[in-house]
Parts: sequence; C-alpha cells; structure tokens
Amino acid sequence: MINVKELTKRYARTTAVDHISFEVPKGQIVGFLGPNGAGKTTTMRMLTCFMPPTSGAATVAGFDVLDKPLEVKKRIGYLPETPPLYPEMETGEYLRFVGKLKGLSGAELKQRVDYVCERCSIVDVKNKLLGKLSKGYRQRVGLAQAIIHNPDVLILDEPTAGLDPKQINETRDLIKSLAGSHTIILSTHILPEVEQTCEQVIIINKGKLVATDSVRNLQARARGAESVVLEVAGRNGNLESGTVKEKLERVTGVSRVLCKQQIDSRAVFEIESQKGRLVRGDLARAVVESGWDLNELWPSAMSLEEVFLQLTGNEKAEAVAAKGGE
Amino acid sequence: MRNAWIICRKELRSYFVSPIAYVLLALWAFIFGYFFWVELGGFLRYSMQVAMRGEMYPMNLNEQIIRPLLQNVAVIGLFFMPMITMRLFAEEKRSGTIELLATSPIRDWEIIVGKWMAAMSLYGCMLLFTVVHFLFLFKYGNPDWKPVVIAYAGLLLEAGVMLAVGEFISSVTKNQIIAGAATFGVLILLWVLGWVSSYESATWATVMSYMSLTTHSESFMRGVIDSKDAIYYVTLIFLGLFFTARSMDSLRWRA
Repeated sequence: MINVKELTKRYARTTAVDHISFEVPKGQIVGFLGPNGAGKTTTMRMLTCFMPPTSGAATVAGFDVLDKPLEVKKRIGYLPETPPLYPEMETGEYLRFVGKLKGLSGAELKQRVDYVCERCSIVDVKNKLLGKLSKGYRQRVGLAQAIIHNPDVLILDEPTAGLDPKQINETRDLIKSLAGSHTIILSTHILPEVEQTCEQVIIINKGKLVATDSVRNLQARARGAESVVLEVAGRNGNLESGTVKEKLERVTGVSRVLCKQQIDSRAVFEIESQKGRLVRGDLARAVVESGWDLNELWPSAMSLEEVFLQLTGNEKAEAVAAKGGE
Repeated sequence: MRNAWIICRKELRSYFVSPIAYVLLALWAFIFGYFFWVELGGFLRYSMQVAMRGEMYPMNLNEQIIRPLLQNVAVIGLFFMPMITMRLFAEEKRSGTIELLATSPIRDWEIIVGKWMAAMSLYGCMLLFTVVHFLFLFKYGNPDWKPVVIAYAGLLLEAGVMLAVGEFISSVTKNQIIAGAATFGVLILLWVLGWVSSYESATWATVMSYMSLTTHSESFMRGVIDSKDAIYYVTLIFLGLFFTARSMDSLRWRA
C-alpha cells in the first residue's frame, strides 16, 4: 500500500530524512518510532504530499507522491501533530467543510459526518465551537477529520499526544478498530503504544532507518530467547548468592545468570536461556533440590523500550555525555 | 472551481463569525456616512448661494458629489485592505490548518482564488453600504447612473489588485501584524508612485506613474472605460495571485 524507496529530505543545513526505505502492506498498523527530531513528521509530510522529497520516491496506493499528488491526497487521511482545527467553526460544520474538501457531497457527506462523529464519540460536541473543546476532544475531532472520506491510508502524527490515560486507551482502541479496512501509519515516541497497537515497527533515529520488523521479532531479536527472573531465599537465614549462581549456571540451557540484588537471605537473579530452550522447570527444580526456597519466578519479556534504547543507544549515551560536559 | 467556492464560503464564514467583518463594516459605514454628510452639506450650501445670487450656474450631482465621494472611497479602502487580507494565509500557517488545505485533494490555485474571492466579497459588502447613500441622491435628484456603475467597476478592479497584493504578502509570513503592516506599506507606495510625474517628465517617471494604482483609476472615476487601465488592473490581479501561488509552492520546498 505504501512503498518508500531511498526517501531523502534535506533542509538548508540538515538532512532530516536520510535514504529511508520501507513498505507497508495493506490493512496493517505500522508504528513509526523515534526520539523527538528523528524525522518522523518530515517523512509523514512527504507521504501526504505536504512537501516533496529531495530525492527518492514514495508511492501511496500505487500513485507517486510527486507525479500524482491529487490522487494520493484523495486516498490519504492525515492527522498532523496539532489537529488542524478552525477555532471559529463548530464541530459538525468543520467536518462538513473537510468532507467537501475531500470531495464528498449531498447525502453521502451527511452520512459520513454522522458516522465519524459516532465512531470518534464526538456526537455530544457536534454543535460546540472547536476553539472551546478540550485537548482530548480536539484530538478526536482531528481523527474524525482524517477518516471522513474513508481513505485507504491513514497517517497519524502522534495521535495520543497530550491525552489523559483513559483517552489514550480509547484512541488506541479506535485506531486498532480502523485497521484492516485502512492501512495505518502512526508516529509516536511512546513505546508501549507501539507494543499495544502496532503489528510492525519502523524505528528511525537522526533521519536514518534503524530497524523495521514486527514487534515480536524485534523483541526476540534484541536478546537470545527466554529471560526469567527468580527470587531465592535461604532456609535458615543465610544465603550464599555465589553458590546459588553457580548452581543455576549448571542447569542445562542457561546461558547467563546475573545476581540483581540481595537483601539478607533473599536474592533476585536474572537468567537468560539459550535460544529455543525452556528452562523454567529445571531452574525451579535446581533451587528446591538444593534446599532453598523459591519465592518467585516469572518470565521477563524484554520491553520494546529496551530494544529501542539498545538500537538508538549510542546516540543517547553521547547526548548524556554532552549534557554532562556542559 | 467547486473547491474554490468551498474555500471562499469558509473564508467568508470566518469573516462573519468573528467580529472582523462587523468591526470593519461598522467603521466603514460610519466613516463613509461622515464623508457623505460633509459632501452633501457643502453641495446644498453652494446651491443655496448660487440660487440667492440668481445665477444659472450648472449644478451636477455626478460631478460634485458622487465622483469626489467615490474617490474618497478608494482612499479609505486603502486603509481597510490590509485588515481584510492580513489573516488570509498568515493565520492558517500559524495555526497549522494550512496542513489540512495542502494535504486535501484540491489545487493551490483553488485555495488562492477562493480566498481572494472571499476578500472581494467582503469589500463588495462595504461598497454596498456606499450604494445605500447614493440611492437617496437618485430618489431626490437626477444623477446619471452609467458613470456611477463604471466608477464602481473601477473601484472593484482597484480593490482586486490591492487584495491580491495583500494575499501574497500574507502568504509569506506567519505573523498577521507583519502581513498587515507590510501590505499597508506596499499599497501606499503603489498609491503615490505616480506623484513623481507632477514635476519630472523623464521616462523613468512616466514608467513609475504608469505603475501607480491611482493613475489608472482616473478614467473609471470619470465614467470612462479605458481598456488600457482595465488591462492594467486585471494583469496586476493575475500577477498578485500568481506570486501567491509561487509563495505557496516555496512553502512546500522549504517548509
């Protein structure tokens, strides 16, 4: 549905987007992830024909953004970072205006306006001035505006920014429910959002593509396989963490044991297994057979956050170092 | 064209939903009312003096009231134009709504012409206020209507140029104040450019005088349609809108 090849955008002095290539198949939700200033907005603006790329090509629904901008625009719904609302308009009136801009008219327009109001739960503010709406409502009107002409592709620039947790959940659910019939790209710098809503992730940093993969693969890729945390306690009030560590390391399939902390006779270990090995049962047995108590044991999937920091890590470290030097 | 019409209606709505249109129209009506009252008073006093002296001096409503008043309309209009155009693009750029327009399936020129038409319509409303006054002259006097119509056509053409220039300037900045002030400055310059020809007759002075807005309004004010002047106005309107289009384009390339 969306095909991006070697897309580049240069401003006077900086390169905002540097030879990015990716593909988004039809009906998928793709998370566009990166720290602030990574080039997310610029890329989205090029996809929506707001600005042309310096070099490279992008096609949306088979139409090139440079050659056929009108065709692309017809098929795209776009929610910019700040929802493009006219404060002096009422919600319903604004949606009718946008609908007309996108080529709707008559009964179809009326029906679509009613539909998106229902869908984005903004029916109760339909006759309110946009300038008087709260942030959450503004964001939802922005979303309603983006889907009014039932576009094939939805491009959402930080759709949950500035919302409260309940609104964030509602917005995520709404976006998820739109997938399938729409292809969606959403940008964010909030990682759990991607984990919860997206099937695929595109990570960019400083204008360069860092990784593009499914959420699950990325998590798996960052570290070996299973990762387990367990808490062991000694029976008679003392515990040699070194001995425990040795014992645990001897369990087959374990690749790394790390003692994270020890308080009196209790110690927490983080254990990584080799690829494709399930070691939880063996670990539990080893602990109990050695005469210790097994207080807790749980698998810890690596969060995308860690993946992200790992992938963009060097930059972060440099930034911290630079700050410290000031 | 349908899209230009949608944009035009939206612009007109924002003029009339906000106080902008009402403040401008009220001020305009008040100022023009004052001018009309003064001109009419002068005319009555003069005609009384003439009658008392028993002279048969020809009195003419067209020459003595309508023409000077419409010339004043052009001058007052000069002050109002920047206020009409300053927000056209500057506001959209500041609030980010330009992203909606630029990513909708409409062409740049449709946006530009739509906005210009809305500005013209607002000016048209202002002109309607002046028409009301002249209706009294037609009721109680007997002026010739044809030169009046031509003078109004001239006013509209002249305003078309000023609004196109203002729209262009509004499209190069995010700041409405800057847009308004710059428009005012440029329009004043265009207005007085011809004054130099009063003492200088070199070619450059003739050229400057030709470029001036006022040089070309005289024929219309006299009730004569001079194709040279009409072409001048139409050309400048196109030029202003063309530059606006280029400016919108450059937004995309620089952004």
